[in-house]
Parts: sequence; C-alpha cells; structure tokens
Amino acid sequence: MAKQISIEQDGTVTESLGNAMFRVELENGHIITAHISGKMRMHYIKILPGDKVKLEMSPYDLSKGRIIFRYK
Amino acid sequence: MIYYKTNEEIELIRLSSLLVGKTLAETARSIKPGVTTAELDRIAETFIRDHGAIPAFKGYGGFPGTLCISVNDVVVHGIPGNQVLQDGDLVSVDCGVILNGFYGDSAYSFAVGTVSEEKRLLMQRTKESLYRGIEVAKAGKRIGDIGYEIQTYVEQYGYSVVRDLVGHGLGRHLHEKPEVPNYGKRGVGTMLQAGLVICIEPMINLGRRQVIQERDGWTIRTADRLPSAHYEHAIAIMEGKTEILSSFDEIEKVLESQQ
Repeated sequence: MAKQISIEQDGTVTESLGNAMFRVELENGHIITAHISGKMRMHYIKILPGDKVKLEMSPYDLSKGRIIFRYK
Repeated sequence: MIYYKTNEEIELIRLSSLLVGKTLAETARSIKPGVTTAELDRIAETFIRDHGAIPAFKGYGGFPGTLCISVNDVVVHGIPGNQVLQDGDLVSVDCGVILNGFYGDSAYSFAVGTVSEEKRLLMQRTKESLYRGIEVAKAGKRIGDIGYEIQTYVEQYGYSVVRDLVGHGLGRHLHEKPEVPNYGKRGVGTMLQAGLVICIEPMINLGRRQVIQERDGWTIRTADRLPSAHYEHAIAIMEGKTEILSSFDEIEKVLESQQ
C-alpha cells in the first residue's frame, strides 16, 4: 500500500494550550490542535496567538497537526 | 528514526512478502471479465488466513478491504466492492500481510482479457521502471537516486510520476521511515545502508501526474481520468548486494498458464 505524504497547509494560531500545543484555524476554516515541531523548539521559536504558521498534517488523522514554520 | 534490520528480521520479512506474492497469484487465477472486486478480496482474505497470516490492510487507518483493487484511472487504494471487471481493464492489485509480526507488501498490475496497446505498454514500462529503480538501490547510494532513475525512464515516454504517494520503509509497521518517492534528484536523500528494507512502488500515469482523492477517503484517481499502472516490490539492502524480498514468479506462472 502506498504511503500518502503529509499535507502542508497554512493557518492562524487562535489559542495557546500550553505544553507547546496550540489551537490553529486553517485557511479552509477547520480548527485543529497542533504542536510545535521539535526542531522549532530546539531553536526557541516562540509562537503567539495571531501568528500565521505552516502546518504539516497526516492524511490519516486530520484533527492534529505539527507546526513547522512561523511566518514573520 | 530508521530501523535497520538484522539478517534474521530480513528473512522474516521475506517470508511475509513471499506469501503476498502467492496471494496475488491465487487472486490472479480469478481475474477475468465479469468478476467483482469484492470476490477477489474474499479469495485473498481466505488464502491469507489459511496460511496463518493476517491481512495487513484490513483496518489499517480504517481501510475496509484485504486488497487495494484499483481499476483503470484509479491509481491506488481502490476499495473492493461491486465493481465488475470488464474486458480491457487495467487492474492493479496491492496486497499486504502480517506474518510472525512482520509485514509483507507487494503489488502487481493485471490486464483483464485483452487490453489496448497503450495500456499494455504502460504496464510493461512501469514494471521495467521498478526493476531499474531496484538496480540502482545499493548500499552507498541515496533515496533520490532511485527516484531519479524511475522518473527519467518513464518520462521519456511522456508518462508522469505520481507525487502525492510514495514508497516506504517496511518491517514491524506497514509504513516506516524513510519515504521513497518515485521522483527525485541524484545524490539527495537518506543514504542506503545494509539492513534497510524499503518498498519501491512506481505509480505511473499515462497522462498528467495530478491525482484526486475521492470522497470515500481512500480511492486515489487520476485528475484527467487516464489509466495508471502500479507495481511494488519489497527490497532489502545488504552488504554489497540488494535482494528482492517479494516475488512475481508465482504470479507470472499463473499468467503464462492462462495464455
């Protein structure tokens, strides 16, 4: 069975949930919980509500995501 | 995290993959015009369970079938159902089993009855691209080398490589790291090392590369509705050589006997 590669999408952070988790509203209107990627944590990239971010999602679970980039 | 397998583990994956080959051969006996895809699914499930294994796809992420049966413009992940196979269809059948805790995964494209010349060539060249990809997959090469080889071979005929789905590592899970795209650049990506087990599975479209996911959440169809072919082998990278763990021998024996 072929593997579906992760979907990349942009969204806006609406709420900080602690433990590096955030509630993010996607451009298509869906609201998902997302955590910040380990690489971004290592580089102390802070995320605040209102930030525009890039997310990576698995096609197998569309309710969670991983934040991989914070736009300036 | 990539898990490099020991020789014992590779042998177990080989056993699983060989059973997949036998299951596909058993299914191939029944592939003819008039049969529904659900019937093929039932044959495969019975065969797998009779051999003490478990169908790997059933329930994987909620997939309902044992086989992925993808007819004509369906690229992969077709759900078995009431669809009746017609003379001239191009059917790709993808199968996976779990035996002794290890997964096996392989796929083959079949012609139902007699197919048009362009479909026959598409199947033949897709299969050839798979073997060319395996040819370059040696310890010391990189993932991108495999993709480059497949891509340049098929694109010279005007075919296109599906980007949204990729091959994968294989072992105690169906999808492990690394991802193995069928497109790429030479010298890019993870280094292939002894102990790595991956599935190479070129999905080649006759027309454009764009695909659409249907509303059932699984079926992947070409956007331009032109046919697509799909072959898959599980391979193990070993010291100084590469071994193909799955086998098409049984399938081709059945196909020859039918002619």
